[in-house]
Amino acid sequence: MSEKSPQELIQIDLNPPRKKWMDPSVDFESRRGTWSYPGGVKSIEYMGFANPREWSPTDEDWKLPENWQQIIHDGFKERLGKYRSLRVFMETCVRCGACADKCHFFIGSGDPKNMPVLRSELLRSIYRNDFTLAGKILGAFAGGRKLTLDVLKEWFYYFFQCTECRRCSVYCPYGIDTAEVTMMARELMMLVGVNINWICEPVANCHRTGNHLGIQPHTFKDNIEFLCEELEDDLGITVNPVINKKGAEVLFIIPSADYFADPGTYTFIGYLMLFQQIGLDYTMSAYASEGGNFGLFTSHDTIKKLNYKIYHEAKRLGVKWIIGGECGHMWRVMHQYMDTMNGPTDFLEVPRSPITGTVFENARSTKMVHICEFTADLIRNKKIKLDPSRNDKYRVTFHDSCNPSRALGLFEEPRYILKNVCNNFFEMPENTIREHTFCCAGGAGLGNDENMEMRLRGGLPRGNALKHVRDAHDVNLMSCICAIDRATLPPLAEYWAPGVEISGVHELVANALVMDGETERTKNLRGESLKAETEETTDV
Amino acid sequence: MGALVSLVAVAVLALLAVTAVASDNLRLVFGAVIPGVAFAVFLVGVVARVTRWARAPVPFRIPTTAGQQKSLPWIKNSELDNPSGTLGVVGRMFLEVLFFRSLFRNTKVELITDKEKVNYIGTKYLWAAAMAFHWSMLIVVFRHFRFFVEPVPRVVEIIQSLDGFFQVGVPVIYATSVLLIVSLGYLLLRRLADAKVKYISLPTDYFALYLLLGIAISGFLMRHLEKVDIVNVKAAIAGWASFQLVAPEGVGALYFIHVFLVSVLFVYFPFSKLLHAPGVFLSPTRNLANNNRAKRHVNPWNPPIVGHTYAEWEEEFHDKLVASGFVLDKE
Ligand code: HEM
Ligand code: SF4
Ligand code: SF4
Repeated sequence: MSEKSPQELIQIDLNPPRKKWMDPSVDFESRRGTWSYPGGVKSIEYMGFANPREWSPTDEDWKLPENWQQIIHDGFKERLGKYRSLRVFMETCVRCGACADKCHFFIGSGDPKNMPVLRSELLRSIYRNDFTLAGKILGAFAGGRKLTLDVLKEWFYYFFQCTECRRCSVYCPYGIDTAEVTMMARELMMLVGVNINWICEPVANCHRTGNHLGIQPHTFKDNIEFLCEELEDDLGITVNPVINKKGAEVLFIIPSADYFADPGTYTFIGYLMLFQQIGLDYTMSAYASEGGNFGLFTSHDTIKKLNYKIYHEAKRLGVKWIIGGECGHMWRVMHQYMDTMNGPTDFLEVPRSPITGTVFENARSTKMVHICEFTADLIRNKKIKLDPSRNDKYRVTFHDSCNPSRALGLFEEPRYILKNVCNNFFEMPENTIREHTFCCAGGAGLGNDENMEMRLRGGLPRGNALKHVRDAHDVNLMSCICAIDRATLPPLAEYWAPGVEISGVHELVANALVMDGETERTKNLRGESLKAETEETTDV
Repeated sequence: MGALVSLVAVAVLALLAVTAVASDNLRLVFGAVIPGVAFAVFLVGVVARVTRWARAPVPFRIPTTAGQQKSLPWIKNSELDNPSGTLGVVGRMFLEVLFFRSLFRNTKVELITDKEKVNYIGTKYLWAAAMAFHWSMLIVVFRHFRFFVEPVPRVVEIIQSLDGFFQVGVPVIYATSVLLIVSLGYLLLRRLADAKVKYISLPTDYFALYLLLGIAISGFLMRHLEKVDIVNVKAAIAGWASFQLVAPEGVGALYFIHVFLVSVLFVYFPFSKLLHAPGVFLSPTRNLANNNRAKRHVNPWNPPIVGHTYAEWEEEFHDKLVASGFVLDKE
């Protein structure tokens, strides 16, 4: 946690400094807490990424390949030819400033280079210098800069201070997506071995074991069985997890954090209880044991590499279609990249809920349905019995995670579910939800401990909105549909809005879910009494 | 500093044009040759740029979704902010191009540090100024057709009479001329006065504004002070069309300033941020439908990358798999 108190941290000056932004120097030593450690040699070697070595951003010499400028120049040129997005985004910005105060990192730090427009200009200035006539002739007057070592260091600092949340893109009159620019910049930096460990290590783990956490198959199985035993002991509910079953109807893909750590595990158990109750013929996979994909924060090639296992496993197991659990960036990949990269999927069938008969036309090609779409359809068709009063101790709000919001538009499904499984639901202020939602500030590989100050700073807009509903409506639980959120929001809430806990949506579904032959439930999935404890303690 | 340099640059360009009045040869150069060449550069330049964009592949379908997706039939989707098909995309683009819908969403962040409160207040000034500027510019350009086409098309006349509705001044002052200058003035002041916008501004951002202001003001003054002889101007323009270069007669310094600054704008356009005009049509976050899961998008250069296969994985963890009772593909 940051040493500064919230009152200290919020003393932010959003007015830009006198120093011109074109000066690239970053003092890493004095800014500890706002950057992430470089990629470890082992992971980089395992993945065959460029330039494995020991180094630190505070070093003078970053031990780059001798011709690193040429490598980046060539890589840039190649990408300009391969991505229309990059070309158009490099050439159309008018610097109107509409995006400037939309980034959570700018709001929380006041650092002008966290204005999305300047973040993009860091790359655009090199583009102008290297690839445009005006930049070549007029230099700085036309906004051009040479790619020096200091510029590369500045790239490292600021492109690993963007969570690729796409909030800026919503407001830009040309839809310029700084997340896309960040993705390109990170790809270029990867070419010379400038990266962070919090993406390299999960990527290497994921490639080897199938999941970011490096959980091997036997542990995968043990973890899941342990969670189920706990459920049995606590609530007397039996679920039979299914793993690697050939011929199941549905392959269920989850983010690994869900079966690894609280509070994700409650959501994980929630999925299994739901499937148990409706009798879904599903299987999980110890090989495709991760839906998340840190390739998204590394390079397009890495996305494809890590995503490969999903369809590969669906084919091997002979399932008909796929359901995906609650995870944000995983769903950006499944929705916007998977089919293009690793499709087509003629060996699967158009998803059709065996319980309701609903055909998911919107997933006709990828054959992959979001669990919230699946569950909303169950509730709508009254196929499950719910007792929302079992969630009465919670006063719930919903955090729209960046990717399901701005790369899918999944807004109503989770809300519909929440309103059916709990009685007390409150929205955060309008400009902080749905497409305007604010990031948890720990996505895109930035959710590590060494970056904690920057996470808390970037978490200010979300934290402040949460504090607002906590004070106005006594909200004590923020639900979300993202595994990264479930890891990054607890410290954020503890800092900016103490007293609010974090949960997934399916944890609340399972609390409310009336199961066949169940004994009366007195406890929720967390093993806590269903009634608020405050009532008993007030008159002590 | 950048603002000043740009101002000086535009002023020097204007003065350069004034020299043309002095000699017949220069009148020909500034009145006919340069505008002709500039227009050619503009056309070729813009076409070249747009073709280069259009030829660059769109490997992934990456719309920014700003509304509910189309999923279950009983959930109402917002077609204009999250289009599910071509019709929605056309609607979204229509609103984007003609009404700057994204800019309309603009908010301003307000940090009240002593109360530990962050507010987001809707602000429409930039949107209003941008709309006023672009629409009046469009109409002003449209009005110019009366110099280029004979007989003057009916639409042009109608727009012109609507524009001069208020019947102020002789000749009539058009509403859009005033609006154009005022809105450009606002955009310039905003750039200088708003600390954040000033900070992100490049010298060229001011250059574009000064240039457009120079064009608008010189045109306005020409109409109302110098009162140029339209017949002569039309003759000169007709000359371009038939590739016979004629220096316009009976026009003064303001005419040369106006025409030269327009020529500079033409040349500048394909090499500058003014390319946002064609660019907005090609932005992949706006002009694609969010139907990724329903319809496969093809990447023309999809690289042949294979991940860690199941067989490799099974082999690597063979013993552990056996020990914990997994059924294997290969015994
Ligand atoms: C399809 C046509 C066009 C669209 C959709 C469009 C849209 C926009 C938008 C949304 C802005 C941002 C708001 C602002 O800063 O005012 C802008 C800025 C600007 N546009 Fe356009 N535009 C178009 C055509 C043009 C043309 C043809 C020109 C000039 C010849 C032009 C000149 C400018 C300038 C100079 C700015 C920057 C204003 C400033 O510095 O604040 N635009 N445009
Ligand atoms: S909103 Fe778009 S055009 Fe305006 S400054 Fe930001 S990126 Fe540039
Ligand atoms: S994508 Fe998000 S984090 Fe990155 S610049 Fe835009 S608003 Fe900031």
